[in-house]
Amino acid sequence: MTDLVNLTIADALELLNKKEISSEELTRAHIAEMEKGRVLNAFITETPELALEQAKASDEKRAAGSALGALEGIPIANKDLYCTKGVRTTAASKILSNFVPPYESTVSQKLKDAGTIMLGKLNTDQFAMGGSTLTSYFGVTKNPWNLDLVPGGSSGGSAAAVSAGLCMGATGSDTGGSIRQPASFCGVTGIKPTYGRCSRYGIVAFASSLDQAGPMARSVKDCALMLGAMAGADDKDSTVANVPVPDYTSALTGDIKGKKIGIPKEYRLDGLNPDVAATWDKGIQFLKDAGAEIVDISLPHTKYALPVYYIVACAEASSNLSRYDGVRYTTRVEGNSLDEMYENTRTDGFGDEVVRRILLGTFVLSAGFYDAYYTRAQRVRRLIYNDFVEAFKQVDAILVPAAPTPALSAEEMKNMKPVDVYAGDVFTTPASLAGVPGLSLPIGLSQNGLPIGLQVIGKHFDENTVFQVADVLEKLANFDKTPRRVKG
Amino acid sequence: MYTIEGKTGKWELVIGLEVHCEILSKSKVFSGASAAFGGEQNTQVSFIDAAFPGMLPKVNEYCIEQCVKTGMGLNAVINKYSRFDRKNYFYADLPQGYQISQLYHPIVGEGFIEVTTADGTRKIGVERLHLEQDAGKSIHDMHPSKTLIDLNRSGVGLMEIVSKPDMHSPEEAGEYLRQLRAIVRALGTCDGNMDEGSMRCDVNISVRPVGETGLRARAEVKNVNSVRFVMHAIEVEAERQIEVYENGGTIRQETRLYDSENGETRPMRTKENANDYRYFPDPDLLPVVLTDEYIENIRKNLPELPEVKKKRYIEQLGLPEYDAGILTADKDTSTYFEAAAKGHDAKKVANWVMGDLFAYLNKECLPITKSPISAENLGALVGLIEDNTISGKIAKDVFVMMIETGKEPAAIVEEKGLKQTTDTGAIEAIIDEVLAANQDKVAEIKAGKDKLKGWFVGQIMKASQGKVNPAMANELLNKKLQ
Repeated sequence: MTDLVNLTIADALELLNKKEISSEELTRAHIAEMEKGRVLNAFITETPELALEQAKASDEKRAAGSALGALEGIPIANKDLYCTKGVRTTAASKILSNFVPPYESTVSQKLKDAGTIMLGKLNTDQFAMGGSTLTSYFGVTKNPWNLDLVPGGSSGGSAAAVSAGLCMGATGSDTGGSIRQPASFCGVTGIKPTYGRCSRYGIVAFASSLDQAGPMARSVKDCALMLGAMAGADDKDSTVANVPVPDYTSALTGDIKGKKIGIPKEYRLDGLNPDVAATWDKGIQFLKDAGAEIVDISLPHTKYALPVYYIVACAEASSNLSRYDGVRYTTRVEGNSLDEMYENTRTDGFGDEVVRRILLGTFVLSAGFYDAYYTRAQRVRRLIYNDFVEAFKQVDAILVPAAPTPALSAEEMKNMKPVDVYAGDVFTTPASLAGVPGLSLPIGLSQNGLPIGLQVIGKHFDENTVFQVADVLEKLANFDKTPRRVKG
Repeated sequence: MYTIEGKTGKWELVIGLEVHCEILSKSKVFSGASAAFGGEQNTQVSFIDAAFPGMLPKVNEYCIEQCVKTGMGLNAVINKYSRFDRKNYFYADLPQGYQISQLYHPIVGEGFIEVTTADGTRKIGVERLHLEQDAGKSIHDMHPSKTLIDLNRSGVGLMEIVSKPDMHSPEEAGEYLRQLRAIVRALGTCDGNMDEGSMRCDVNISVRPVGETGLRARAEVKNVNSVRFVMHAIEVEAERQIEVYENGGTIRQETRLYDSENGETRPMRTKENANDYRYFPDPDLLPVVLTDEYIENIRKNLPELPEVKKKRYIEQLGLPEYDAGILTADKDTSTYFEAAAKGHDAKKVANWVMGDLFAYLNKECLPITKSPISAENLGALVGLIEDNTISGKIAKDVFVMMIETGKEPAAIVEEKGLKQTTDTGAIEAIIDEVLAANQDKVAEIKAGKDKLKGWFVGQIMKASQGKVNPAMANELLNKKLQ
């Protein structure tokens, strides 16, 4: 039975289709694992009864020979940023700690429609602001590879749960690296698709022009399967592109001979962590071995990505979070006037990092500073976008690290200055600002036995090439995904 | 030129209007909730309007079309590229904590409205029209200590139409507002009801001594809710500013509230912190890009504008300018008039509409759409006069009976036997009778006192209970007296 929690989604689907296992068995195994894994604090809300109900219904559907979804019977979990009808959705904040949405996000609904079973809601940094889950009102999630370490973030609960076998796949969301960095920290695979690929409807907004939903799982193929179910046009979100969603699994040909892969020199930072540098070199060698052509390229505005990202993301966040004002659904702390009620509610309801970003965002949009910060940041964002467009005239995909270090210790991170924490997003923010897809997959281990991921970046709406290249890397890396801690 | 005489000399007014028009549309501008006025509190609110987490706005394309139509009515540039911005501020009836508006790229650019006052006709410049969403309503008088919020209005589409500071008298501002209201009503883009708040006006006023060219600091007088109040607010605010200047004071730019009961303006409670709306492009919405084809298609199907209609009434229907102006002032009146005038003498119909009908409607405070006499029946009444079935005098009585019964005029005439006598023999018999009874007066006429003929016609009408055609009576009388 324990085998069931180490299966990939693709393998489990095969067993389900052959009726060798039932969704109920699969779900029960994961519920048991979820209970055992509580030490990780990966879930904010567990919904085992709901999951069993869904699993039984799925088995009945299968027995009756009804039409089945593409992920029929697969137990997954949602980042607690996705609004789930009737299931508390907190964004890992105090201010939404009692919020039960009367509606379902488009992406989680699509996953439901594809037949998935929801085990619960996963921890994240508060309002997805952070790279560690340390900012969560519900406490930090622990890295399954080493409980003293953070799982990364913001989708840290998703990465930890997938890594530890508490669920077969999970939704994440990525604004400046929130899928790719925790995937690297926990040794799982995750893709931030092209901006506009997945609907943002019903996902608690952080920075609207950057937020993008994406899957996290234990293989490239599982991510391809999940993204296929999650993506697509949505009448409720006008920023979703009305373009067809291809069969992503069809891209997994195993053949990348002649593909041109760009290696941008700007990512080769002075003093780059030697484990990360070595992993990158290893990845490059794998691609060469597979017959790809390695091309040295330049993305000249890379160094501006971090400051531009923090200006744009904070500006949008300051406005997006204004709705949490104590007037309607949020927990309210009364005051003697409207302004005082706002002040009390928001002071009590938001954590320090959220307050910091609201203040930063409010500042950069203020009269007298708007042009110097926001307008200029938008211009530079355009240059970063152009960098990628130019590069993709020469290459089919780009290979870079996903994070500048392996997972950090929670204690260490608590004492870091915010700007040093922000620097952890250096390899992920450029693709976010350009809106191009980026996939992070584990390639090897550091000298201390911690997973290190690499990032494959592709052209707008060309997730297929990203999957194709990542699939080849995955096979050659032959990464053992079971956390060493569990192996003992 | 309109001026105000102060202690130090003559002062001139500079006026600009910002008018908010609620867009006539079934649903709100960024959600599918109903935009109807007057529903039970908080029954027309979607999760988007209440700004629930993860909710996203989606532009209602019909509202875009309404803005384009209105822009055309304002003779304005239609911008093929426009975009939405967020105006950030906290208020209890603003669920998102920002209003979606268009600061940087409005959908409609410069235009003008032609305004006629005693001083002649002038073009008043329109600066822009932009699309935005309305806020909810704060209700302060339903609970002793709490403010209640009604979000029905939250997210209803608004067109904000900003004039240039081109007006110089209360009359001009009043006329601009009336014209604007006539335009949006004719186009069906706003119902223009200022008392229901579907059209709201903020007035910017400054004064300067005659001869000075620069603009002085202005006051913005908020939410003045009728044309009459707008004109009055301008008057009292201008006088206040002049008094301040003449007493050595200065005017600073500020927002004031008009108090119609006391006939004054007073400063609005200023918030401690100056407003910084932190406008920035709304990342949830794509820019609105219009094609030439789309714009031309709307232009082709544009209803007739009041100005054009007025011209047509004068040139084609032969109405005096005054009549044409009144009958085209709003769409309901012109629709009624045109239906009534179909196949009948336009001037005669106009007289009935503007005379007896308006008198009755005004007395009863009824809109023309609630007239107990249908347009067709009023036209038929005029038709009965035209074909000599009844006299104008009898028609007045028939009109009253039509109001009471709602019946067709022909049926009333038939039922009450009011048909005019056109039988020459019968009329002659009546004339003979009247002449015989008044031989003395006949003698006077024959002696040259022609004026008495009118008296005889009156007697003939009386004897016939008004049923004789007066023209025929006149003609036959003349024959008899020769």
